[in-house]
Amino acid sequence: MEKTWNNKAWFFVLPVLLLVAFSAVIPLMTVVNYSVQDSFGNNQFFWYGADWFREVLTSERFHDALLRNLLFSAIILAIEVPLGILVALAMPKKGIWVPVCLVLMALPLLIPWNVVGTIWQVFARTDIGLLGYTVDALGIDYNYVRNTVDAWVTVVVMDVWHWTSLVVLLCYAGLVSIPDAYYQAAKIDGASRWAVFRYIQLPKMGRVLLIAVLLRFMDSFMIYTEPFVVTGGGPGNSTTFLSIDLVKLAIGQFNIGEAAAMSLIYFLIILLLSWVFYTVMTNAGNDKPMTGGGE
Amino acid sequence: MSDHATTAHPSLPGAAHSESAIAARARMKTGHFRLKALIPIVYILFLLLPIYWLVNMSFKTNQEILGSLTLWPQNPTLHNYRVIFTDPSWYMGYVNSIIYVVMNMVISVAVALPAAYAFSRYRFLGDKHLFFWLLTNRMAPPAVFALPFFQLYSAFGLIDTHIAVALAHCLFNVPLAVWILEGFMSGVPKEIDETAYIDGYSFPTFFFKIFTPLIASGIGVAAFFCFMFSWVELLIARTLTVTDAKPISAIMTRTVSASGMDWGVLAAAGALTIIPGAIVIWFVRNYIAKGFALGRV
Repeated sequence: MEKTWNNKAWFFVLPVLLLVAFSAVIPLMTVVNYSVQDSFGNNQFFWYGADWFREVLTSERFHDALLRNLLFSAIILAIEVPLGILVALAMPKKGIWVPVCLVLMALPLLIPWNVVGTIWQVFARTDIGLLGYTVDALGIDYNYVRNTVDAWVTVVVMDVWHWTSLVVLLCYAGLVSIPDAYYQAAKIDGASRWAVFRYIQLPKMGRVLLIAVLLRFMDSFMIYTEPFVVTGGGPGNSTTFLSIDLVKLAIGQFNIGEAAAMSLIYFLIILLLSWVFYTVMTNAGNDKPMTGGGE
Repeated sequence: MSDHATTAHPSLPGAAHSESAIAARARMKTGHFRLKALIPIVYILFLLLPIYWLVNMSFKTNQEILGSLTLWPQNPTLHNYRVIFTDPSWYMGYVNSIIYVVMNMVISVAVALPAAYAFSRYRFLGDKHLFFWLLTNRMAPPAVFALPFFQLYSAFGLIDTHIAVALAHCLFNVPLAVWILEGFMSGVPKEIDETAYIDGYSFPTFFFKIFTPLIASGIGVAAFFCFMFSWVELLIARTLTVTDAKPISAIMTRTVSASGMDWGVLAAAGALTIIPGAIVIWFVRNYIAKGFALGRV
């Protein structure tokens, strides 16, 4: 769509600008302020320069949390994306089962995050939870409170439960937009199931799939509530991801300078990823007539 | 579709032969279909199992929960729900959540409407940068903002008020609403605007009389997603509230850490938080993907 150049459009954007400035810019400036100062208490601050940043970037604790979080995101993507595609491909394309499937699959997405945590905390307990009890009855020694591997498995399965539907719904939206003519052409050419997937469905799903991957990566990169409720970051620090570590540092230990520096580094990583996301969102939609945005 | 093919070309040579072939193929296809249907069924069962367990627990007494593992409540009881609906410290949690969620929804959609219109119709100084900056707020980790939010709202004396949480949630909901609405608005041809101006409509009349009905579904979807993301968020809501505006999800976590461990009530409280989402989901089922992808599917 041809857009007209009109700087008066700024007046339309002004309310959003003011509101988001209040709820994002001011808090972020406080963080910047703290990140370059230190305090001996009593609200007395002095200039600390870039030392906090140096400290965070060289601290083993930050590296560990970052690596843990990257590993977690990688595992999540490796499971959720193929599973999501598989389920989306197997879903009916029309009929009364479509809305039923959509509604049931979207259900976990709408549950408050700490309730998700609570559900799994209970579900995985060996004494009162169905899953934990079953696994225990099978003779597998399972305890997500004490065993690192078990804690990881629980958190990963929980996230798969919680968010795979997002990948399914996005892929499904991409799949139903493929015109029937494509499949008929493939049938005439005698294309195999794999060829149909590889050369028709996958390319057509490409964009939504990319969106799904980026969204899942971003959201798993800032996951806090669910693992916090289930494991509290433990056992030890084994499920302490970046956000949990940050809250521990800021509120638990009240080490505000270091927490602020860590926040900014964290935010910069997110900013970089957002840029990738933005480029995908606004440029890759060439096959779609209307994508809008920054074109 | 195979039926269609046969009826459309009844006079084709070898029609009788191909008919049986098509029938065989259709039979094979239904067999194949059943196998294929297994995947979503198993997946949905996997999704529903933990929820079933929660609901199951919410109808049990604590003795039964702790005593033995039963797949069905032996003595179904509404006691847990009665506790929640008779104790103000419990049910006010739901009221608080609903209040700030609705406030946030109204604010977000109201400010996002004109902005989304501007982004979808005009080019202006810094528009792309602004659009990107909004996105970064949607992607910002709440953990980064928890502490500064607390200080900011303390400074304004807003701690433990509903409006504080509503405003704080605007951080990620306003960008979301702008992006979703922009997606919907870009689907409305610009000729409509131009025709309306030629017909002598002023901007406000055009916007509310003609344009708003055209993107009504978009407004609904944006409102739903604002509702949802505000409803599921806990970290910021918990940080900004003490007692008067405490959301239900925060009250729940407090009970978990209490010595009593009232599993039944906890399960009932959890089950009740699922209901709002489950109700509205039916209305937006065709737009869920679009909403999650920020209006871009």
